Amino acid sequence: MNIDLKTIKHISKLSRISVDEKKAEKLAGDLNSIFKFIEKLNELKTDKVEPLTSVAETTLRLRSDEVKSENIRDQIIKNSPEENEDFFVVPKVVE
Amino acid sequence: MSDITSQSLSSLINNIKNKKLSSEEATKAFIDRSNKSKELNTYVTEDFSNAILKAKKFDEKPNFDLKLPGIPMAVKDLFCTKDIKTTAGSKILENFIPTYESTVTQNIWNEGAILLGKLNCDEFAMGSSNETSFFGNVQNPIDKGLVPGGSSGGSSAAVSGQLTPITIGTDTGGSIRQPASFTGTVGLKPTYGSCSRYGIVAFASSLDQAGPMAQNVQDCALLQEVISSYDTKDSTSIDFNRNEYSKELTKEIKGKKIGIPKEYRVDGMPKEIEDLWQKGIEYAKDCGAEIIDISLPHTSYALPTYYIVAPAEASSNLARYDGVKYGFRAKGENLIDMYEKTRSEGFGAEVQRRIMIGTYVLSSGYYDAYYLKAQKVRKLIKNDFDEAYKKVDAILTPSTPSSAFKIGEKKDDPVSMYLNDIFTVPVNLAGLPAISIPAGHDEKGYPLGLQIIGKAFKEQEVLNIAYAMEDKIGFQNKITDWWIK
Repeated sequence: MNIDLKTIKHISKLSRISVDEKKAEKLAGDLNSIFKFIEKLNELKTDKVEPLTSVAETTLRLRSDEVKSENIRDQIIKNSPEENEDFFVVPKVVE
Repeated sequence: MSDITSQSLSSLINNIKNKKLSSEEATKAFIDRSNKSKELNTYVTEDFSNAILKAKKFDEKPNFDLKLPGIPMAVKDLFCTKDIKTTAGSKILENFIPTYESTVTQNIWNEGAILLGKLNCDEFAMGSSNETSFFGNVQNPIDKGLVPGGSSGGSSAAVSGQLTPITIGTDTGGSIRQPASFTGTVGLKPTYGSCSRYGIVAFASSLDQAGPMAQNVQDCALLQEVISSYDTKDSTSIDFNRNEYSKELTKEIKGKKIGIPKEYRVDGMPKEIEDLWQKGIEYAKDCGAEIIDISLPHTSYALPTYYIVAPAEASSNLARYDGVKYGFRAKGENLIDMYEKTRSEGFGAEVQRRIMIGTYVLSSGYYDAYYLKAQKVRKLIKNDFDEAYKKVDAILTPSTPSSAFKIGEKKDDPVSMYLNDIFTVPVNLAGLPAISIPAGHDEKGYPLGLQIIGKAFKEQEVLNIAYAMEDKIGFQNKITDWWIK
């Protein structure tokens, strides 16, 4: 497995993190050494092993669908990076 | 009363209950020492004036029935605290003020403790040296220029340096136990599902667990008793019979079977770690425990598994930081550009690296080869422990493959940094409880820790073994106050 600059650009797009050429090169080097280390798992035959998704062996609980917190809009908006009374603001998305 | 800050939690509680010490005096003593300890860089946010007000309020109408009556304490800055800035060590949350409280910290305040402030940590708890924090590295009180471990590095340094009597950290791959080991303190990672994850900034949800850090096992047991609770706000919180860990604590561990896993004798392990482990085995025998050789055959696959599972979960958890609803926002030409610049400028290098790994292993065409494969190996690792626990009650290993290293020493080599967690990561993958206790010093005089791993939900057993061994070890931390100004 060799992670080239094209792959880095692809992952960068998927993860919505912009990278310039210099950063991409550094990341490619780092990721290649990390993946070399990860490849060790290929030594193991796992065809018949069930994947473990959670160590908490419980089924997800159900709860009744009730409103528990009301009128918390101010709290929710409070940490919004762009000041506006009632809404979250983003750059224009529709021309 | 002289030397308030060097007292253990238990003696502080006794002195407050017997009215030899007021909460205000205790709080001011820790604040005073914290003010003289800026060089350690443990605090991201101080809440000292509020703490004094709360302490005065406690003293006016003290309730001595509480488990932490008027006890001041600082917590890792990964726990959301209502109206107090919570950064997770990241620029992206630099100005984030939660409007709610994490369950674990709420449990602590309900028992009478008082918040001193928020402690530095690796960014989003991703790191083993506290060097990935946006707020700078933390100094280990043991020696200048030494890392305090990570990710709960501010927490371990604050307990070791006596800036707080106790604290809480979080442990995803060793983030409580490794820093405890590096600073000569005690740290417990509870069973997955023991402490609620509600209100803790998420890193890898199937591995994250909060836990206590203290100067000794007894204090650790008391704090665990306070923070562990069943919580419907966390869908993986488990409703099991929780012990009164501090009351049920005993040094009577005669006949307990303790396993020694041969696979933890890794290549290149320093002799002093090997010797420490051997000494630990002797201490356990002295306590009346029976030592049994065991095998955990998939141990060497734990780190590669972790470095797929944890980044995968992190890439998904950290998708929420988009500059829209809270946190840092960079200017962009359009929405996508804004997202990409926000995340590029807001996250540090290690966090970006892990998001990238996670995104890659979950991406189309690679999911089966990496993520599914890792989940299968995770099953094999858990099976190893299940098999071992048919023969033994607990497992004894070193906590880390070395003592604390120098700041900057491993910063540029991610894989060598990851190897720090070689003994702690398997425990998180299997969801088990484990404690690190200080057990000796290396030739430089830096502390070394031993790890005791228990069966799921058997925190009491882990604490009891640690309590008995702590007594035999008689460890003294060598703190010279070199940083005090």
